[in-house]
Amino acid sequence: MDLSGIAGLIIVIVFAGLMVFFVVWNRRFPPRGMRPIQAIHRLRRAIGLAVEDGSRLHISLGSASLNTYQSASALLGLSVLGRIAEASSISDRPPVATSGDGALAVLSQDTLRSAYDKVNALDLYDPTRGRVTGLTPFSYVAGALPVFSDEQISANALVGNFGPELALLLDTADKAGAFTLAASDSLTAQGILFAAAEEPLIGEELFAISAYLGAGAFHTASLRVQDYARWALIAGLVLGSILKLVGVL
Amino acid sequence: MRAPVSAAIAIGVGLVILLGYFIPVPTLQNVRTTLLDWAVILAAVAAWVGAANLILVHVSRVRSQHESAAFSLVVIVAFVLTVLVGVVLTPANAQFQHVVTSIQMPVEASLMAMLAFTLVYAAVRLLRRRANLLSILFIVAAVIFLILDSGLLPFENVPVLVSGLVRLPIAGSRGILLGVALGSLATGIRILLGADRPYSG
Repeated sequence: MDLSGIAGLIIVIVFAGLMVFFVVWNRRFPPRGMRPIQAIHRLRRAIGLAVEDGSRLHISLGSASLNTYQSASALLGLSVLGRIAEASSISDRPPVATSGDGALAVLSQDTLRSAYDKVNALDLYDPTRGRVTGLTPFSYVAGALPVFSDEQISANALVGNFGPELALLLDTADKAGAFTLAASDSLTAQGILFAAAEEPLIGEELFAISAYLGAGAFHTASLRVQDYARWALIAGLVLGSILKLVGVL
Repeated sequence: MRAPVSAAIAIGVGLVILLGYFIPVPTLQNVRTTLLDWAVILAAVAAWVGAANLILVHVSRVRSQHESAAFSLVVIVAFVLTVLVGVVLTPANAQFQHVVTSIQMPVEASLMAMLAFTLVYAAVRLLRRRANLLSILFIVAAVIFLILDSGLLPFENVPVLVSGLVRLPIAGSRGILLGVALGSLATGIRILLGADRPYSG
């Protein structure tokens, strides 16, 4: 086992340990609250409005394959889908999820089923509401565009791995007058969503959505651990730079 | 926990994959490789399930005489034809590949061309939607890098300026990628701990 392997394993164990610790800690000493993020506040409002006016919510999970390193954003998108499905379970028009990968579509159907089962509304489950619209990035977008016009979409949450094709989705959503929250782990997509999305989430804000939507104690705890890990990284980078400057490294 | 068996399998497999990545024990590595091979096969099967789901959606549109049923019919016919020809000729057949790419490439290229206009329009709309310092900086930076990359102006004569400017987005993107990496790690650990279950569990 080489040094980087040991370091990697230690980081994972410490990260997991801290997450469990903060779950227990937050139960005993509830946190004062999280930094307000306008985009997520507006998404919650859009979910409420969609339920009230009987329009549909669209969750786009991108086209990341689950056996690639971009799968984390897609898995997070599934978590967001679950929360939105639960929150809108009293609506006449349940949300629709589109994805560009077969496995992701199967998981989106499973997530919808699980969410409705949780709120005792299994009759709302329709497997065609978790669908693949294309298996390449552009065919995915080409297949997802008609969803905006055909399904009376009033709000979109685009959470996952996207490429530059995201701009076409955002433009269509804008023309349809639908609210759009967009977040991606891809740098190209982040540049595009900053310019084209109504409410963009940049950088690691993507990984905060589920915690802000009340997905559970572990989500809030992991957010806290991410914050501490970021500070540790910053300190390490600064220290490393200083040591390099003085010639120690 | 409503489905402890599926959760236990998912967590167990996740742990084996993770430990196999860090600990170079041959037995663990072999189990890991086998599990990953299974994952690839399952992903291929899931692609078929996804395609079947896509066709089901379009069949229901045709049945309900949806206003865009004609487009759905085109999708169904094209899909069935591609599958049939692909099965008969095999996907490795040069003529089959030529026909498929001759249709797919121009369509995707035209979408890419549309993207260029969409992005210019998005940049203009950005200033209308959020006319703040960050948006102005974004537009100015985009224009500067477009000029730099175009090669139209002789910036190569000022190497210090060019190298300084080129390093800026690298530094920025590293910062974002570090945050994304931490978020990905947290998501993975939540799934490993069973706190996040993107499956019926």
